[in-house]
Amino acid sequence: MTIKPPVEDFATDWDHTDPQWVANPYPIWDELREKCPVAHTNRYGGGWFPTTYELVSAVANDTDNFTSRTVVIGNGRPGEDAPPAPIGVAPPISSDPPFHHIARRLILPAFSPGVVNNIEPFVREYCNKLLDNMEGKDVVNGGSDYAQYIPVAVIRQMLGFPEKDEDLFRHFVHVVLEGIDEPDLEKRIAQFEPIQAYFENQINEHIENPRDDLTSYLLNAEIAGGKLQPEHIFGTMILVLVAGIDTTWSGIASSLYHLATNPHDLERLVNEPELMPLAIEEFLRFYSPVTMARLVKDDFDFNGCPMKKDDWLLLGFPAANRDPKAFEDADKFIIDRKINRHVAFGLGIHRCAGSNLARMEMRVAIEEFIKRYPKFTLAAGDADSVTWSQGQVRGARNLPLTITK
Amino acid sequence: MKVVINADACTGQGRCFGIAPELFDFDDLGNGVVKGDGVVPPELEEKARLAEANCPEHAISIEA
Repeated sequence: MTIKPPVEDFATDWDHTDPQWVANPYPIWDELREKCPVAHTNRYGGGWFPTTYELVSAVANDTDNFTSRTVVIGNGRPGEDAPPAPIGVAPPISSDPPFHHIARRLILPAFSPGVVNNIEPFVREYCNKLLDNMEGKDVVNGGSDYAQYIPVAVIRQMLGFPEKDEDLFRHFVHVVLEGIDEPDLEKRIAQFEPIQAYFENQINEHIENPRDDLTSYLLNAEIAGGKLQPEHIFGTMILVLVAGIDTTWSGIASSLYHLATNPHDLERLVNEPELMPLAIEEFLRFYSPVTMARLVKDDFDFNGCPMKKDDWLLLGFPAANRDPKAFEDADKFIIDRKINRHVAFGLGIHRCAGSNLARMEMRVAIEEFIKRYPKFTLAAGDADSVTWSQGQVRGARNLPLTITK
Repeated sequence: MKVVINADACTGQGRCFGIAPELFDFDDLGNGVVKGDGVVPPELEEKARLAEANCPEHAISIEA
């Protein structure tokens, strides 16, 4: 890890990994929204950060000027040896039109509300298994004992990988999520080898014994009358891991953090379970986990900013969701907020394909947790022990909770 | 009152059929579709307005 100088002025030198931003980004975004509203940095080779709902929407809907060739900010840019721009490494998140449309149509049915409804009983049972394991403890960790396990089990189940491989699968997920930050390409490739081998085995096993799961679905899928390239299948599987795990984990853990620190909201949710759908949307708005990125395609002027080809664009859906021009009392969590046009799952053609799944996982995880533990607070009332993830996925990680009777 | 979905704008955010399952359904891709002829009975008018007001893609409109 390289040591970076701390940020002094986020308007001209922003860094989404700066400790101040990681600990509490909201005051920073509020200030930028007032005075910029598009911040700039020379870090990462140059980038921009729009902070208003209006500008975030404009970028998300502008696939002519912004490419999704890569959606995670790093020090490098995908070079000439990167997969062809319209497809990208992990279609369709890394794809631009027109290929994007084809790759997206292909995966959407696998994450449709109907499929998600079918997997709900598994999620409920799994959450209860985790809660059983926590039984008898006075202090539990809402992050590392609970939230982090749920999406891993769901994705393993959806891919149709064996339950007995759960620990191994969780290890692979860890490597993949950490690995995207590994700057050394050779190291990154070496780390990926056992994962690729395991996935290939699973794919072969599914070729021999097709069944009703995401792996068989991808193997059967066709584009223009032909089966998918193996790289496309593997890329999509990796996308499901990268996009579907620490995001939902964050959503669940941040919601539990909120309930632990706002006893009135916890009490209302326990006593008025019919509030849950509104509460989920407010958790998603107020604690939006996901920030995306784009690259500027060619030099152009955006809202008075002279953007250059290959500049980064940090697409801050969480910042948009705190814009007072778009939300009444934007800085207040209102558990029964009725009008909530939040963009936590993004906007336009790249709307999170797993949004129905994520919503269901959050709802079931919170429902089961508060059913088992209707009263809990932060352990020892110590907010400093709570940690938040760094980077483009924000969520509570260490979350010690005292269970009260 | 009648609800209409602009299929070109809908990206499958899922808010409409979450808020008003009596008025909206989803297709195989998870995109919203209007149930039946879209005519809203008086007791569902509030839900129809909320569906319109919560769609992040502004894909829903209400016709008098």
